Amino acid sequence: MSDDARSAVGDYKAGWHDPENATIRFDFGLSEQVVRDISELKNEPEWMTEIRVKAFHHFNERPMPTWGNMHLLEEIDFDKVCYYLRSSDATEKNWDDVPEDIRNTFDRLGIPEAEQKWLSGVTAQYESEAVYHSIREDLEEQGVIFLDMDSGLREYEALVKEYFCSVVPFSDNKFSALNTAVWSGGSFIYVPSGVHVEMPVQAYFRINAKNMGQFERTLIIADEGSSIHYVEGCTAPTYSTDSLHSAVVELIALPGAHIRYSTVQNWSANVYNLVTKRGIAHENATIEWIDGNIGSKLTMKYPAVILKGEGAHAEVISVAYSGKGQHQDAGVKIHHLASNTTSKILSKSISKNGGRGSYRGMVTVSPKAENCKVNVVCDALLLDEESRSDTYPTMEVRNSGARCEHEASVSKVSDDQLFYLMSRGHSEEESLALIVNGFFEPFTRELPMEYAVELNQLMALEMEGSIG
Amino acid sequence: MSGSPLLKIDGLKASIGDIEILKGIDLEIMPGEVHAVMGRNGSGKSTTAHVLMGHPDYEVTDGTVDLEGNDLLEMEAYERARAGIFLSFQYPHSVPGLQVGNFLRRSVAAIRGEEEAKGSEFRNQLKQGMEQLGLDRSFLSRYVNDGFSGGEKKRFEILQMMLIKPKLAILDETDSGLDIDGIRTVAEGVDAAIRGTQSAALIITHYNRILEHVKPDKIHVLIDGKIVMSGGPELANQLEEKGYDWVEKEVSGNE
Repeated sequence: MSDDARSAVGDYKAGWHDPENATIRFDFGLSEQVVRDISELKNEPEWMTEIRVKAFHHFNERPMPTWGNMHLLEEIDFDKVCYYLRSSDATEKNWDDVPEDIRNTFDRLGIPEAEQKWLSGVTAQYESEAVYHSIREDLEEQGVIFLDMDSGLREYEALVKEYFCSVVPFSDNKFSALNTAVWSGGSFIYVPSGVHVEMPVQAYFRINAKNMGQFERTLIIADEGSSIHYVEGCTAPTYSTDSLHSAVVELIALPGAHIRYSTVQNWSANVYNLVTKRGIAHENATIEWIDGNIGSKLTMKYPAVILKGEGAHAEVISVAYSGKGQHQDAGVKIHHLASNTTSKILSKSISKNGGRGSYRGMVTVSPKAENCKVNVVCDALLLDEESRSDTYPTMEVRNSGARCEHEASVSKVSDDQLFYLMSRGHSEEESLALIVNGFFEPFTRELPMEYAVELNQLMALEMEGSIG
Repeated sequence: MSGSPLLKIDGLKASIGDIEILKGIDLEIMPGEVHAVMGRNGSGKSTTAHVLMGHPDYEVTDGTVDLEGNDLLEMEAYERARAGIFLSFQYPHSVPGLQVGNFLRRSVAAIRGEEEAKGSEFRNQLKQGMEQLGLDRSFLSRYVNDGFSGGEKKRFEILQMMLIKPKLAILDETDSGLDIDGIRTVAEGVDAAIRGTQSAALIITHYNRILEHVKPDKIHVLIDGKIVMSGGPELANQLEEKGYDWVEKEVSGNE
């Protein structure tokens, strides 16, 4: 590892990498041929190839966003990205069959252990493809489908065709177009009517290679009155060159269904994380995004919910931690299209060592949506003078009967607060970790216990060496 | 009583910015003793408490503070806490998101050791302390000092003291803002934590109300950053009757 990479690793505990043993590796750069080759390799139906090609042209023609961190966006060199890399020729159902290097990596990340203890199913993606996939038998018997997206397309083509791009059209933005053109991996989930998946299912995304592009695609359909909790985690090695992660996630909560989607994003500080996540909630359905952004170089991510059916509910808890050289541009979008719909947004950001946290939010209430309720709370905590926090909230309320509340606060850790905790026997770093973990508590309490503990430890590590 | 003092302060001077606030404090506290420091606002009482605990805003310019043979001034605040100093804050800070129960357990673990913060003995002490202070079970899941009433903050400080079991508890105006019942509750808490132990307390106050409940062994009067008069518990009553003007006259008469 080079010196600059080593210094970039810092306290990041998932920054190791395996030797690259690709079975298929595309050359750097993107062209229509690359897009067609990916589709052909996957032996896809023609309609999918066509969407991919259309999306590719849209991506080419579409300019970069003219908002967010334009400076960092302009630094992305799309010609220096590997758009497809396969390290294992099969998606295994048994960890013992996964190539040893890759298995060891997931072992170190604690995935097989978590699977045994508290998960209903796991998919583990390494570079472009899922290398491991499994679901508990009892769920399979109840008709729950949990597959990697490629298998989903092969086995349930009609369902995929119906919903693919239905929530996030490829033309939504430049990066949704890119994802649609070159997508590989991700999860496909269908929960039948009335089935409640009690334990969460988890997807874990690992980038290993340098200059890698990971473009997973996830589609979750919860049929009437069903419920599911999907958890995703991600890490990558620390390199001195950049990698690109650009996912699209589409959620469909049919009447009365409940989807909770939890993310602990912990990419290394050389990963661009440009993700489009959106769900549609039908009558009396609930969609919750529990979104944690700890790592990456630049994240631009605004989980969205379209409240399409009457009585639908959206809840988003979003936290972001921005350390040295990081910009978390995160936020939430909610569209109230139907009456009696409610939404609740809590956004919390911490900035340290010159890191930058931005909240970018949009809530709209359409003229015909009567009696809607909106509650938005944004809190920022700055740990030093050089760090930065911005808030860009937008509310477009076109129905006068809507009840909208918005609160925002920015606070700093004071010497007196630290002194109080230190007087109780906690070192300055421990005291800071107590304050930071307390600040994120509304988020961590929503996570499965194991994740919450891990996140608290992660934040304690981030606080190490932070006291000058 | 002979033996060596628990705490020995010698010629302590401290400033904040360019302003000297403590101008040479001398004080010795023996194990098991309860001392009171009285004085008007601005006399340096709270500064004494903060300097002993190690607040970074104050600069010690002269003097020594010795805790059982260790140089207290060399230690950071958390090391002083681990060495046995406890400060009950006049204005405790809130930590939103940090639950009282979790904080108590962690603080006891940091100061008394991991083993002391586990098991039924800790839970019993916690239960007993909360009952004594009139704190409901639900108190444990609230966030540290977040939205607490004045009385709840003071009771929580005393609860921490009872569980941490310091060698020297410094109570910075813990009685202010409390009604008579509150003061009695706090006083009983101090008694329970100190009396019959080798621990000591330094009670900082400008009223003698709390001293009626916690009988101090010694009282010191602080004026303009110096202890100008020391005496037994009767001094509190004299102060109550005659006021600080009387002390000032006495002191200038002696000079």
